[in-house]
Amino acid sequence: MTPRARITVMGVALLGLLAFYIWGVAGLPDFGHYKGPYGTTINHVVATERQLTNAVTSIVFDYRAYDTLGEELILFVSVVGVSLLVREQRDESEEVHPAAAKAEEHPRASDAVRALGVAVVGATLLIGLYIVAHGNLTPGGGFQGGVILGAALLAVYFAGDFASLRQLSPSSIFELMHSAGAAGLALLGLGGLISGAAFFHNFLYTGTIGELNSGGIAPLGNAAVGLEVFGAVLLLCSEFLHEAVLRRK
Amino acid sequence: MTVLEIVALTLVAITAPAVVMTDDPLRQSIVLGIYGLFMAAAFFVLKAPDVALSMLTVSSVLIPALVLLALARVRQIVAQGDPEEPEEEEKP
Repeated sequence: MTPRARITVMGVALLGLLAFYIWGVAGLPDFGHYKGPYGTTINHVVATERQLTNAVTSIVFDYRAYDTLGEELILFVSVVGVSLLVREQRDESEEVHPAAAKAEEHPRASDAVRALGVAVVGATLLIGLYIVAHGNLTPGGGFQGGVILGAALLAVYFAGDFASLRQLSPSSIFELMHSAGAAGLALLGLGGLISGAAFFHNFLYTGTIGELNSGGIAPLGNAAVGLEVFGAVLLLCSEFLHEAVLRRK
Repeated sequence: MTVLEIVALTLVAITAPAVVMTDDPLRQSIVLGIYGLFMAAAFFVLKAPDVALSMLTVSSVLIPALVLLALARVRQIVAQGDPEEPEEEEKP
């Protein structure tokens, strides 16, 4: 096929796509005027029924927590899969070598990078914890907070080196956090069944609106997902770091 | 549409093709982070702060970190030859 013919075919296809796209967008409801009844209902009942001030959290960790469990398991399985794949490729004999011995050969990061790393560790850790803990009150939650917590430990790596990060928390701890978080959310769902209602029924006392522990299972779900995502980020990054940093020859 | 929405969406429209048109993967990961920042700003302006936070953390922390680590490994393989592969003389 000549380049000109290709461009012609692409042009026709693009025009068709553009027409469908404009047609589709023109049929959308106006921004902020969602027509379904679900969103409006949630907005009206969430404060009185669940004592939550973040409607998004009420859907993610309460009314539709079942969906979140599925999403969480997707993350869990993909991180486990990546770890398996990376470890499979790694030479067994290399596992025996202490990480520290190899890491000494590597040049350290520049002073500016290390100073910045030290400066941001504490603040990032605090922001991450805040976002996980306040998921039921303000925007954010377990996922976002978990990634920020992971970023805080990555800053430890920038401030020091990979060997010290590994000594600080070997990857068996990351695995434990990762699995415990995933199991935590599932167990929270089972709690609903044990209390005699549906899976992920909010079986706990929902507290007073605006308080840190309000919302029953929502703050606990945030904590579980926060732990899982924290572990997932650390596990993923430590496997990648191991590949990138410690496998130099 | 408010002015803020227009500004945020315009920045997204400018940076999105910039990500695609950046050739070097190393630079691309940084441009992707900038795009993610504007995307997060757009979500925030459109009253979706939860989504904005997710976008911000994933695009500015997770993806660049993993891409940089993967690139570091790829460069080693390119520089030294793949240790997984058996030693092989290059044919002229």
